[in-house]
Amino acid sequence: MNNVYYGKLVFELSKPGRVGYSLPKSEISGYSLNELPEALQRQGKTILPECDELTVVRHYTNMSNNNFGVDTGFYPLGSCTMKYNPKINEELCALPAFNRHPSTPVEFVQGSLKVYDEVQKTLSEISGLSRFTLNPYAGAHGELTGLMVIKSYHQQRGDNARTKIIVPNSAHGTNPASAAVAGFKVVEVKSLADGTVDVEDLKPLLGPDVAGMMMTNPNTLGIFERNIPEIARLVHDCGGLMYYDGANLNPMLGVCRPGDMGFDVMHINLHKTFSTPHGGGGPGSGPVGVRKGLEHLLPNPQVEKLADGSYTLQCGKNSLGSISTFLSNFTVIIRAYAYLLSLGKENVPMAGKLSVLNANYIKECLRSHYELPIEGLCKHEFVFDGLRPEFGGDHHDDSHVTTLDVAKRLLDYGFHAPTIYFPLLFHEALMIEPTETESKDTLDDFIAVMKRIAEEARDDREMVKTAPHHTPIRRLDDVKAVREPKFTFKNL
Amino acid sequence: MAKVIEGLFYAESHEYVRVEGEYGYVGITDYAQSQLGNVVYVDMPEVDDEVTAGEEFGAVESVKAASDLFSPVSGTVVEINEALEEQPELINADAFENWIIKVKLSDPSELDNLLDAKAYEAICE
Amino acid sequence: MFKYFPHTTDDIQQMLGVIGVQSLDDLYAEIPEELKLKRDLDIPSEKSEVEVRKIIGDLTAQNKPLLCFAGGGVYDHYTPSVVPFLASRSEFSTSYTPYQAEISQGTLQYIFEYQTMMADLTGMDLSNASMYDGTTATAEAIMMCVAQAKKRNKVLISATSNPQVLRVVETYAHYHEVELVKVPAKNGIMDKDIARELIEKNDVAGLIVSQPNYYGIIEDFTGLADLCHAHKALFAINTMASALGVLRSPGEWGADIACGDAQSLGIPMNYGGPYIGYLCTKNELVRKMPGRLVGATTDADGRRAFVLTMQAREQHIRREKATSNICTAQGFMCLFVASYLSLMGEKGLREVNEQSYAGAHYLHNALLKTGKFEDAFGPQTFLNEFTVRVKCDAKTLRKTLAERGFLFGVETEGMPDCLTIAVTEMRSKQEIDSLISNL
Repeated sequence: MNNVYYGKLVFELSKPGRVGYSLPKSEISGYSLNELPEALQRQGKTILPECDELTVVRHYTNMSNNNFGVDTGFYPLGSCTMKYNPKINEELCALPAFNRHPSTPVEFVQGSLKVYDEVQKTLSEISGLSRFTLNPYAGAHGELTGLMVIKSYHQQRGDNARTKIIVPNSAHGTNPASAAVAGFKVVEVKSLADGTVDVEDLKPLLGPDVAGMMMTNPNTLGIFERNIPEIARLVHDCGGLMYYDGANLNPMLGVCRPGDMGFDVMHINLHKTFSTPHGGGGPGSGPVGVRKGLEHLLPNPQVEKLADGSYTLQCGKNSLGSISTFLSNFTVIIRAYAYLLSLGKENVPMAGKLSVLNANYIKECLRSHYELPIEGLCKHEFVFDGLRPEFGGDHHDDSHVTTLDVAKRLLDYGFHAPTIYFPLLFHEALMIEPTETESKDTLDDFIAVMKRIAEEARDDREMVKTAPHHTPIRRLDDVKAVREPKFTFKNL
Repeated sequence: MAKVIEGLFYAESHEYVRVEGEYGYVGITDYAQSQLGNVVYVDMPEVDDEVTAGEEFGAVESVKAASDLFSPVSGTVVEINEALEEQPELINADAFENWIIKVKLSDPSELDNLLDAKAYEAICE
Repeated sequence: MFKYFPHTTDDIQQMLGVIGVQSLDDLYAEIPEELKLKRDLDIPSEKSEVEVRKIIGDLTAQNKPLLCFAGGGVYDHYTPSVVPFLASRSEFSTSYTPYQAEISQGTLQYIFEYQTMMADLTGMDLSNASMYDGTTATAEAIMMCVAQAKKRNKVLISATSNPQVLRVVETYAHYHEVELVKVPAKNGIMDKDIARELIEKNDVAGLIVSQPNYYGIIEDFTGLADLCHAHKALFAINTMASALGVLRSPGEWGADIACGDAQSLGIPMNYGGPYIGYLCTKNELVRKMPGRLVGATTDADGRRAFVLTMQAREQHIRREKATSNICTAQGFMCLFVASYLSLMGEKGLREVNEQSYAGAHYLHNALLKTGKFEDAFGPQTFLNEFTVRVKCDAKTLRKTLAERGFLFGVETEGMPDCLTIAVTEMRSKQEIDSLISNL
């Protein structure tokens, strides 16, 4: 790709007089926007470009060449579950018959409503919970919705004293942030050296002011929280509810269900576990499930199956309220439905097991070169704490090769970087999640490259510290981006 | 090694206070700025705001981190370091020279709860 | 073996050997047995691609097409074929949030273009890289008002806002413990006198109004920005995005925040989504802004490049003190909007509005002429959508027309004898005439 000629912004391609659209000539005459009172009309010109169709197509096609996706190469981004996004899902969700206005009477969208209901039911079975809403738009939106469920549960039984949500210090940042948006105070519980929740630290935090506890299991270090039955019992005994952050659900598929672990409320990321594309940051989908007894709290509207087998939309009066325009990112739900149909009961559990196999395989192959802070079996992901000291990773050396350097060097070899500097429990966290759709061959290539980078870090530190060298652009000045902020073309 | 200056009072949360008469100049320590990296923004209170020892009064932001500021002393903010609005990087250049707020101390006895240079140096190791 | 799993039996054996366990089940050895599911999942068996296509194809047959005259926040606009074509580039769609800027310039650049376009259309300094939808964008605008005001916790919202927006912001406000006060309407328009009385009490963090409002009426916001600013409140306007090309922009009204849904900019109706919420503001408020922001900077060789910036506001760094919990939003839909607006340009966007205006006014006149309808609020200024009182039963009429193949507006909430009807450039004169002849 030639960035000299094709590296422009669309505004720089504009030429007065060009058009990139065609609309039918209106047969209606006698009306003009100029009839609107002057004061209600837009005063200023716009910055919108004037481009012909090919210019636009070439512009965005060239930009796509500067992008890396799962279809381009291996994407071991921890906690993001970058599995393959099947193409049949794309074909089916784009069928014109699904493109309906949300106010269409239910008799005319029975097919869409059935998709919603089937996905809802399948997720209930997979998670061991009673009922799901598919209305939340994304994982964090699901967390917020789930926390609203918890708050309504307490409020509706007249208990307004429960103001706190307990969150492990290893949790995803969205957990405490969602709790704050839902109007809770966040209390952190510490982790043990092996990364699991410190039950002794938890006990004194529990009391009549605790609304619930958020956990992901396996946790962000990829470690299964073995004490989950005891934790759930303690939280339930003090009157709180257990929330499961479904970001790490993939390895548990068909093996161990959140409902059976003692969780009351959870969200699932369809864009992680159920293969819908991440889209460079959405649209995702964050269905929320609840155990029996909490179904009435789910947000409106809800899809109901009637006795005659038809579907309708209902709004419950004890619901927590509405959290979306309508039924959320519907085409994402259709994709997940196609995926669930394709896999079926035979392959859903296999997805989880192979993701665990892949993660443990990489971990065992690379621990000779990278610092492994926690021993034992991991689930779908695991964390290294940077390079081992003999490969230039000594933290006490100010010029050591950092996790950021390793991540950038990986880009040169055509791999996406793992998640870096998360979780916050380690200085040089490098969090790897391979997913089940990657072959042993790909993993072997990745392992070889990771070892090679470690050797480069030992032998040619400067080269690694200035990587990447072969990407469309090189390392960016992100300090300048904040100190001299430029958010639009007009600022350039 | 991060710089520590004698004669200042230090909080474990890495703020310092330099006392001049009934006023205290509050900032973050050299150790704190070195941990944060390039400071890109300082969120400061307004003049006349009250601050309380041990409680938050603002935040410093670097590219990949943000850290709350906890006041080592109680009192009224009489001045903020306006230079930091345009040039937050001054904190990296000299954290002790570039204080963040000037506080009229309401309870100088609180200084007794803070660390001296030697004790602070020990916790930075 | 299964088409999405590349492992051969040999691969699995070799890998288990390296790990030092006997079987795949051994990988779960540490999990207490009583927590394990000891049966098959009770879901259908695997299906081939042919079967999946058939199952879902059969479902689409149960979705009957209706000619769309409905709006209420979601509009049936033209999507140029280039837009979904470009969106099918999987280098874009199968990528994650662009954390690694060196290999994500495509995503970062289209978001930067989107930010430029939305900031310009709204007349604001900057835009974020999307919110979930227009309703949640408005809820985030409310939280921005409260965060900026620090000691005030009351936000006003016009009762003429879309009820879908009102329901969602009420939910957020309830849980976030914001006092939300609806400014009542007088004859279909927000009562400015009541808004003034409330704002003059000096305890209001912000005022949110809608344009065009739920009934389709274009409201006059003259004086509201000055009023808000004189009393240290923020002024926010929720505008239907396509209308930004022709109506006085939020910036021109003096707003501090512009929010809304950009579905009307080339995004299919999709029975609810994905759409895209937009949120734009002034430079002074950038650190109160939720969501991703892309900025321009330079790389090590001095070349212009784009990067996620101002991340210290966000949940992955600030955790419970973040401006919002939002993480993944609707980033991909920025590509829809940016490519749509690149093709349409100012001229095309104006033509879309011109044709929608003409079609809506033509239909409106024709409906009044039948004698079966009257204006719900007397003569009003509107763009592409209007509310009429139906002299027979509105619900029955809408149902009858649906059976004849027309989606005749949306039921106007709170006004059971009314319908709110929208026309876009997609409706030809012939289709409008056909609707009228079916009344």
